[in-house]
Amino acid sequence: MSAAEYLFLFIGMGLVTYLPRALPLLYLSHKKMPQGLIDWLGYIPVAVLGALLAPILFIDTTIAAITFGKLEFLVAIPTLIFAVKTRSLGGTVLVGMFFYWLAGIFL
Amino acid sequence: MNPQQLSSDSFKSAIPAVWPICLGYFPIGLALGVLAQQAAIPWWAMALMSVLVFAGSAQFICVAMIVAGSSLWAMIGTTFIVNLRHVLMSSALAVYLHGVRRSFLALFSYGITDESFAVNMARFRAGNWTLFQALIVNHLANSVWILATVSGVLIGQLVPAGAFGIDYALVGMFICLLVFQLHGRLYVITALIAATVAVLWAWLIPGDSYIVGAAVCAATCGYLLQKRRGKS
Repeated sequence: MSAAEYLFLFIGMGLVTYLPRALPLLYLSHKKMPQGLIDWLGYIPVAVLGALLAPILFIDTTIAAITFGKLEFLVAIPTLIFAVKTRSLGGTVLVGMFFYWLAGIFL
Repeated sequence: MNPQQLSSDSFKSAIPAVWPICLGYFPIGLALGVLAQQAAIPWWAMALMSVLVFAGSAQFICVAMIVAGSSLWAMIGTTFIVNLRHVLMSSALAVYLHGVRRSFLALFSYGITDESFAVNMARFRAGNWTLFQALIVNHLANSVWILATVSGVLIGQLVPAGAFGIDYALVGMFICLLVFQLHGRLYVITALIAATVAVLWAWLIPGDSYIVGAAVCAATCGYLLQKRRGKS
């Protein structure tokens, strides 16, 4: 691709990425939001995180199947316990990496 | 808002919040850069893409589509679909950024990613988190992402894949951020619904629509359960 094509492509992709990130915030932050919407949005972070995480843990993409035996899930158990006990973000990341590395060697 | 908030203090206090994101972004950015290099995408195009787009999964898909010879419009359309989930995150952030100047929000929105969203929401909810700290989280994560993707194009093949379990960094981060969001029984139930719906949805329907689909279903269930409990 030529430099002009790259520029066109990335500006286009940038716009369709930026607008969904910016417009709701620019609009809603200057409007009186109904309490129902605020309450509903309060469940969005936990719902988004659950939705992002679960398929990584339970879907084996190589065979397109749901499984409870993925390394990602087995490592998630001690990682979750560590996160609940310590509530340390950095610590949890390091502990998860350590168990994943260890599991990769021994399993 | 007071300009003095943008001090070296707020910079330093943002570091503990942002370094796990950076650690997670680095190997993914490197991997993306390696793929781009194999697709004969030059380093400056990678840099331009990471500056203008800054959206991990969409960038991976774009590289794959360039390899497949897709049209530019197909790539832009796909990016739009993949990144629509940020509408939810941007809306949820509005609860904490109410009445903030639009020029600030325009700058801040650029850096709303799955990871920065989850980190900033946990901090905003816990209190004593300033706008500038949130902005620093977004932009430091972006800087690391640009650096990592460009490094991937230039030197990525020298780095062993999967070293030190680093591929698990973002998963570990999501696990902890999820724990931060469990404020009570209804939140646990919402998380379980989101997880179940997402797994079934992702298994049945190809693509990334499961994120928005499962999140909207689960948040709605959580909200309805809260309303019912409020009445009884």
